[in-house]
Amino acid sequence: MSGPTGGGGAEPPAGRAVASRAGLLGALLGAGAAAAAIFALRPAQGGGRGGEPVGVLALQPGPGQTRLQPAPAVRHGGRGGAPEGGRNDPNRVGHGGDGRGRGTDHAERQPASKRIIAGYGFWIFLLSDIIMFAAFFAAYAVLVGETAGGPAGRDLFDLRVTAVETACLLLSSFTCGLASIGVQARNGRWFYGAMAATFVLGAAFIALELREFASMVADGNGPARSAFLSAFFALVGLHGLHVSAGLLWLLTMMAQVFAKGYRADILRRVLCFSLFWHALDIIWVALFTVVYLMGAGA
Amino acid sequence: MLGKLTWSAVPFDQPIVMIASGTVGLVATCALGLIVFKGWVPYLWREWITSVDHKRIGVMYCLLALVMLLRGFSDAILMRSQQALAYRSDGFLPPEHYNQIFSAHGTLMIFFVAMPFVIGLMNFAVPLQLGARDVAFPTLNSVSFWLTATGALLVNISLVVGEFARPGWLPYPPLSELTYSPGVGVDYYLWALQISGVGTLLSGVNLVTTILKIHAPGMTYLRMPMFCWTSLASNLLIVAAFPILTATLAMLLLDRYLGFHFFTNEAGGNVMMFMNLIWAWGHPEVYILILPAFGVFSEVVSTFSQKPLFGYRSMVAATMVICVLAFSVWLHHFFTMGAGGDVNAIFGILSMIIAVPTGVKVFNWLFTMYGGRIVYSSPVLWAVGFMVTFVVGGMTGVLLAVPPADFVLHNSLFLVAHFHNVIIGGVLFGAFAGYSYWFPKAFGFRLHEGLGKAAFWFWITGFYVAFMPLYVLGLMGMTRRMQHYDVAAWRPWLLVAAVGVVLILAGIVTQVAQLVVSIRQRDTLRDEVGDPWNGRSLEWATASPPPAFNFAVLPNVEGEDAYWSIKETARAQHVLRDEPEYDEIEVPRNSATGFVCAFFATIMGFALIWHIWWMVGLGLAGSFATFVVFAWRDRTEYTIPAEEVARIDRANRAARRAALGQLQPAE
Repeated sequence: MSGPTGGGGAEPPAGRAVASRAGLLGALLGAGAAAAAIFALRPAQGGGRGGEPVGVLALQPGPGQTRLQPAPAVRHGGRGGAPEGGRNDPNRVGHGGDGRGRGTDHAERQPASKRIIAGYGFWIFLLSDIIMFAAFFAAYAVLVGETAGGPAGRDLFDLRVTAVETACLLLSSFTCGLASIGVQARNGRWFYGAMAATFVLGAAFIALELREFASMVADGNGPARSAFLSAFFALVGLHGLHVSAGLLWLLTMMAQVFAKGYRADILRRVLCFSLFWHALDIIWVALFTVVYLMGAGA
Repeated sequence: MLGKLTWSAVPFDQPIVMIASGTVGLVATCALGLIVFKGWVPYLWREWITSVDHKRIGVMYCLLALVMLLRGFSDAILMRSQQALAYRSDGFLPPEHYNQIFSAHGTLMIFFVAMPFVIGLMNFAVPLQLGARDVAFPTLNSVSFWLTATGALLVNISLVVGEFARPGWLPYPPLSELTYSPGVGVDYYLWALQISGVGTLLSGVNLVTTILKIHAPGMTYLRMPMFCWTSLASNLLIVAAFPILTATLAMLLLDRYLGFHFFTNEAGGNVMMFMNLIWAWGHPEVYILILPAFGVFSEVVSTFSQKPLFGYRSMVAATMVICVLAFSVWLHHFFTMGAGGDVNAIFGILSMIIAVPTGVKVFNWLFTMYGGRIVYSSPVLWAVGFMVTFVVGGMTGVLLAVPPADFVLHNSLFLVAHFHNVIIGGVLFGAFAGYSYWFPKAFGFRLHEGLGKAAFWFWITGFYVAFMPLYVLGLMGMTRRMQHYDVAAWRPWLLVAAVGVVLILAGIVTQVAQLVVSIRQRDTLRDEVGDPWNGRSLEWATASPPPAFNFAVLPNVEGEDAYWSIKETARAQHVLRDEPEYDEIEVPRNSATGFVCAFFATIMGFALIWHIWWMVGLGLAGSFATFVVFAWRDRTEYTIPAEEVARIDRANRAARRAALGQLQPAE
């Protein structure tokens, strides 16, 4: 089990445990990937601006270049759906029906706005971030029992403190939503007020988390104590790091709106910020359940 | 003040290292001196370094890959010559240096050759094929590139300052833990990959958004060229897999820097978790690399057979099936590590299943060529060479997917031969095919055809001479990564493999010569029209090189093979389209954000490796400040007036009209 050359035929019992956890890990990662795929494959709107026919001429290579004449079979099988192409043409195998006509409604659809593109791209980024958390969740699930003689979750977690943390974060999500409404209403008082409230609640969350970490380290239960504590500090700390980065971002967003006003690109960034903040909330719900509730109850 | 960094970090006592790094330093200094002396700095800064144009960034990615290919290949020469000489002797490389070389070779070739090459091709070609003006987030694209360059720079700094990792291209613990690798080598590896990994992830996000959200009117999903589909699959895999790499390497970093116990032998750490996590990224990574190459071959085969791609929809399905299955086979990388017979059986079967969609693709390419009027240009040679070579590599892969066979062959040179067979024969040949296929689009002139063909023949014979002996050696029981050996029967095969490396070297020299000769003869190789191969997709509908805005007027797509159908219509109707109504076009402004951000990332990475904590803070603060400054910009775009658009487009229209003048009527 310990070396990279685990023997042929012999099957240490730990191997099975690892395999089943590997399955769990795979399921988590797979779920993330599937979500990404499903999300990503929704029908898109036509992009770009104009819709005029391209001003391209029929052409052949110039002098001194390889002169390419299309094979006759191709002429009729061209994917543009030349009428004489016909269904019997073997070159059309695997091409959906008559390429023409189909999908013209897409062409008439409005192009995707920058707001949609920015939000969409940020969603994809958030999904990748959630996959990174999934890897840390998987590591935690593998190592949760490896306390190496040290304390387990039920010896360490104080659910009252964690409940307050959770309340802070959930409330901050609510105030973040209020800030989005404020920005849409172009109401400075709402926006700054709600953003400030979000900051205070987020900072309170971080302060409580740091206090919890500090007291654990002071008791000799730091991340180096056992693999369980390593995984705990890494997972919860990663979330805390995200919230801290979010706080920094929040301040710069307030400053940007203050300095530049409700400019379109800044509004897009506010949108991305609120997506980020809500996503951290979702991750915290999973974290609270898997780490604290299940840990304290075990 | 400077953490662990002292003068002893520079290996003055190792002549090979000093000569190699001295040469590199000399060449780099000369190049920089030439650039400054000739007054090219403002041009480079304005047109390339701060460019957010996807075409320029794509070219820079490919350039980075080609330069790193030279560096990685020089490692290959060292390894092959060491093994040719080290029969009953120590050869010329001491073990600790040899270990760094095979680690650096793998790291460079995967992360800084193959990855930038395919990302560069995707960056260059995908927006053009979609009929888009740029990627979704142009400045982010520049940030991605420069972060990748930062990673490459850090790996190369390790040549002179300190050392590189020794545990191999994947740092398996516990060997890579602080106890057994106390030096900075593993830290160089980890930080270089963390920084370039962020760049890769952002590039994946960018391209997924581009492919799904930005395209010309009428470019529905099932009208996209095959390369766009494989790029989509590849970038979905990047978005889904690279966070796992980041997480895994972060855990190893926490182990090494803060005494965590993720993968240690003590306090409940679990080494097998590293294997699972790293290969949960590592196997999708294989498909991240090969899928864009499949896309290039689809484009090349269809264009040069002058036929639509056979089984387009089955090709799309096969691509997406590979995309999903890529996440279900990772355990076959460690069948021998005690998962048990039942688990091994499941992963063995899944690994064989994933060969099926790949087989579908091979048959589709063959049927595309069947009955076509094939032009055997150098891209087609790479494609045909790929089909033969990749099938061999795929078969040995299926063999390795049989767990009992894997117990015999794992960790041997058979495995080394297998993955070189698929990565050189698949990814690299695909990258070279794409390079010669899109080169005229990027620069406005074709590459020299004769030298291109010569390079292909050197490469493919070199490949077979170098790697077929490794299959034999693997079956004879020679394990990988041996610094010396004393089995007489192995020696002849290793000598043959060394000859193969010389042949590949000739191929690379020919490629360099091809580039030089092509630049010198660019006037005779000029592509005036913008469609040198009688192409089928939209990148050939615009000038070579395309203007900053790609298309003066966005094309209206009415079917698959968008540009081909436009040409067909024009031929059938004997009618030329009227000049369109030109409109002004908004183009993103250049930005130094990417370069400056990478500058601070380099400082930060270097400081983290050497534990110079104040410098870490400096790098972090600098990166943050860079983004704030970027956010404060008031004008993010500039407008090209309609007259300017018209002037640029009319020049290309005139060339196309002139080409048309020599065209006989279609029927």
